[in-house]
Amino acid sequence: MIAQIFEERCTGCQACVVACPTHVFDAGTDGVPLIARLDQCQTCFMCELYCPADALYVAPEQEGAPSLSAVEALAMGQVGRLRHDYGWDRDAPPEAPHLQDFWQLGPLLREGAEIAARRYAARWADTDIA
Amino acid sequence: MSEAAPITRSADVLIIGGGMAACWAAIMAAQAGADVLLVDKGFVGTSGVTATGGPNHWWVAPEPGRREAAIEERYARSFGLAERDWMARIIDETWRALPQLAGYYPFAGDGKGGTFYSGVRGPEYMRALRRFAQYAGVTILDHHPALELLLHADGSVAGAAGYARLKQQAWTVRAGAVVIATGGCAFRSGLIGSHGNSGDGLLMAAEVGAVLSGMEFSVSYSLSPAWNSTRTLPYFAARFFDTEGRELDVPPPMSGEAAHLRALARALEAGPVLADLSDAPDALKQGLRRIQPASLAPFEHKRIDLFRDRFPVRLFGEGTVRGTGGVQIVGDGCETSVANLYAAGDSATRELVAGATSGGGAQNAAWALTSGRIAGAAAAAHARRTGRRGDTPVLAAGTVGLRPASTARLPDVREGLPIIQAATIGYDAALWRSAGKLERHRDAVEAVWRTIADHGRAEGLAAVALREHAAMAACAGWIVAAALARDESRGMHMRIDRPGTDPAQQSRLLVAGLDHVWTRPERPAAQEIAA
Ligand SMILES: Cc1cc2nc3c(=O)[nH]c(=O)nc-3n(C[C@H](O)[C@H](O)[C@H](O)COP(=O)(O)OP(=O)(O)OC[C@H]3O[C@@H](n4cnc5c(N)ncnc54)[C@H](O)[C@@H]3O)c2cc1C
Ligand code: SF4
Ligand code: SF4
Repeated sequence: MIAQIFEERCTGCQACVVACPTHVFDAGTDGVPLIARLDQCQTCFMCELYCPADALYVAPEQEGAPSLSAVEALAMGQVGRLRHDYGWDRDAPPEAPHLQDFWQLGPLLREGAEIAARRYAARWADTDIA
Repeated sequence: MSEAAPITRSADVLIIGGGMAACWAAIMAAQAGADVLLVDKGFVGTSGVTATGGPNHWWVAPEPGRREAAIEERYARSFGLAERDWMARIIDETWRALPQLAGYYPFAGDGKGGTFYSGVRGPEYMRALRRFAQYAGVTILDHHPALELLLHADGSVAGAAGYARLKQQAWTVRAGAVVIATGGCAFRSGLIGSHGNSGDGLLMAAEVGAVLSGMEFSVSYSLSPAWNSTRTLPYFAARFFDTEGRELDVPPPMSGEAAHLRALARALEAGPVLADLSDAPDALKQGLRRIQPASLAPFEHKRIDLFRDRFPVRLFGEGTVRGTGGVQIVGDGCETSVANLYAAGDSATRELVAGATSGGGAQNAAWALTSGRIAGAAAAAHARRTGRRGDTPVLAAGTVGLRPASTARLPDVREGLPIIQAATIGYDAALWRSAGKLERHRDAVEAVWRTIADHGRAEGLAAVALREHAAMAACAGWIVAAALARDESRGMHMRIDRPGTDPAQQSRLLVAGLDHVWTRPERPAAQEIAA
């Protein structure tokens, strides 16, 4: 769930108010948005992706207390990490586009399923389960 | 409170929704010359399950024999309910359409010297579709949830009405044709990206007389860490343990039927289940961050090494999202049975391309793209023929949650949701169906529905929330009714009291009605036709 807007980083651009698909934020009077409807947060990290100032911290817990406080997340370099991993904070050089490894998705998924199938067959091979 | 005067607009084509199906529909309608308005509950770019996912589309090159073989392979898994013509159509349309995004989406290599088109990462895909739609001339209204459809006196659809939540103003749009592309219904399971997917479009369509199909095939789940629904790529090679460290007997994923799901669900009912990903492919361990960064965040923030440490998992219900149920399609242009109304994506039935099994992983995305494009083009052509008829009087078709049958009050919707969830995505109700259980769930859901229908009324944002709950109650009612009526097991629909597949029931099953839900086979049983 959205845990924190770091006021000292927030520029008040309101991008998160508009980009949040579930209408969690209200525009604040002093420019910093308010977390107005926490119960509607779906922990999708989209606000982090759309915040140009890396001023938001979404804790991964969909329910209950976050295991990492916003201050710890900041200290660990987790704030802004996702936007950086997506490459949304910079242009990609032509020889290394942001999505250059994305094609591996399907093959890796199938490989995972095959590993599980082989392991399962081996496990039950010497057991008579009829 | 909405004190400002309502926003009123008109368009040739109104698209309701903001995921991939809605955007492709809007783009096609605009390219056909129509004046197009798209209203989304959320923000086009982040809302819906497309944005948080990364759909891999059904992708088969037009080489001799390959498409035919792909169709036969998937047809065999559809339990006789898909249509080869539709399957061929979505393969072809997807193949031709996706590369058109090249100016908007950063396509990269396929590892073999070519371009990788079939799989697209959600946030970049939806950002690209937003830009493409805007470039095509579509007017996008974000945060404009639709609440109800409007009808002409002749029963045809005249537009829609809703609530602009950032402006706190009611809105009304008149249009010559309306496309429902509101996605599926995941019953607030916590499934990634699905909070807004509450089945609103199904309810709105049913209120004007549309019929649904395939609702009994709504039995699909995603495996994720217990505290955060992610995409499922990392978990395919997982081993599973109980808290005592005993390995559980879980058949591998993709091993057919629901053996994998059922084993996990039973174990989860007994207690926490821990996943162990140490067997995962090495390339995945090294490359996950570059492929799917959002899958790592839930672990890093908790200081868990996902390929070394064991961690608790959960199955997140997908309802009709990766099920196949939705609004019945009656024509080649994605027409519904109601004049001027079209349906696309997860809000339409996907039985035409996936039958009784989930089309997740390939057909669903190809369907959302293709049905969107087809519906958009057909709606534009239709609107050109009929005109907008923008100044005739219209009737607002919304019922439950908007116009109570009895004394109005604001019901506490939180009371009904667990009942709706138990009936639809509850492991036992979904994976081990029987007539007795289904009857109990039917009665419980009906009581929730009655409360909202009799008394439910709210204003502004509360009205949006109330309609979402009404839609979930309606979808639950249709799912349970269809599961009761399909007196056999077929694909995702598994009845423990009817374990076999009955050849006489090889037909799609229609369900509709609000206060009085009814079901009937789409066409008579096979032997009746033969007779
Ligand atoms: C985790 C996951 C992974 C998947 N992976 C694959 C895959 O690899 N391959 C595949 O084929 N399929 C996959 N699928 C399925 C695929 O993502 C969907 O079929 C597809 O994205 C559906 O697109 P859609 O536009 O119909 O719905 P969505 O993207 O869900 O969009 C629905 C839209 O409707 C809007 N809306 C809802 N109610 C209203 C209202 N009342 N008024 C206005 N707007 C409204 C929402 O805001 C949202 O924008 C996956 C699904 C999930 C959940
Ligand atoms: S997007 Fe970031 S910088 Fe802009 S208002 Fe929101 S938190 Fe502040
Ligand atoms: S995590 Fe998603 S739902 Fe929550 S505030 Fe951010 S964008 Fe909104």
